[in-house]
Amino acid sequence: MSDMASAITPREREEAENLEQREFGFWLYLMSDAIIFALLFATYVVMTVGTAGGPSGKDLFSLGHTFAETMTLLCSSITFGMAWLAAKAGRKQQVLMWLMVTFVLGAGFIALEISEFAGMIAVEAGPDRSGFLSAFFALVGTHGLHVSFGLIFILVMSGQIAVRGLNHYSMSRLFRLGLFWHFLDIVWIAIFSIVYLPGLL
Amino acid sequence: MDTTTSKGEPGLRNYLTGFVLALVLTAIPFGLVATGALSRSATLVVIAIAALAQVFVHLRCFLHLSFKDTPRENILAMAFAAVLIFIMVGGSLWIMLDLNARMMI
Repeated sequence: MSDMASAITPREREEAENLEQREFGFWLYLMSDAIIFALLFATYVVMTVGTAGGPSGKDLFSLGHTFAETMTLLCSSITFGMAWLAAKAGRKQQVLMWLMVTFVLGAGFIALEISEFAGMIAVEAGPDRSGFLSAFFALVGTHGLHVSFGLIFILVMSGQIAVRGLNHYSMSRLFRLGLFWHFLDIVWIAIFSIVYLPGLL
Repeated sequence: MDTTTSKGEPGLRNYLTGFVLALVLTAIPFGLVATGALSRSATLVVIAIAALAQVFVHLRCFLHLSFKDTPRENILAMAFAAVLIFIMVGGSLWIMLDLNARMMI
């Protein structure tokens, strides 16, 4: 990007400031999102014992399944990092390739989560079973919805880069998508450390 | 944090370091739960420490936060969110656990 910065016009500077403001705005959104997740975690912790005679985490969670989910999400984080590095180097085809890999891993995560939820609902352990399960589905489901929206974001972003190429605007959007995607991986760390691992102990 | 002017941007090395550290910090708590090597309370402590460490690794290596390059308002916003989370989550848990203890008698 340095060759573009060398001959900067006032209009370009204005646009750059505008993009910086959007990046800050997106950061503020992520912080408010973090507060939503924190409160869902607080609700979950309070409700852990409220199983109403139904199944508890120990009966429902699977360590292998959770590990697979964790690995797909972590790998999608690093492949997104690769897409970002390729974008900084201006290699459009590589960006699109890494974004697709990220998309496939993210979709794999969602598939694992849906199979987990379906398996729980099949054994009468849906969100209507107990306070514990309501809180569980609210927390993990909210994260899953965020990842699903992230997948749509990745598709739109890929289309935009494929058609319009890498410029200041698409770089800024790709950067914000990166913030969102890495943020979701951080929320997942909290989910497996607060929900799954203590539940399985 | 700034896409338009790249200054000392972290590269591949940074991401790979983060990835390896994250793998280790994931393997430790999962391994402990799988083997049951430590007592319940000790395992919980290790899970908490590994999770906190991994959050810092992600912030540093994937989100590239640093006190030097990240704009101050972003750090302030994050510190403010952390204070809110501490008050709301800490307060909720305090009230609910206290209530639970009193209702049990």
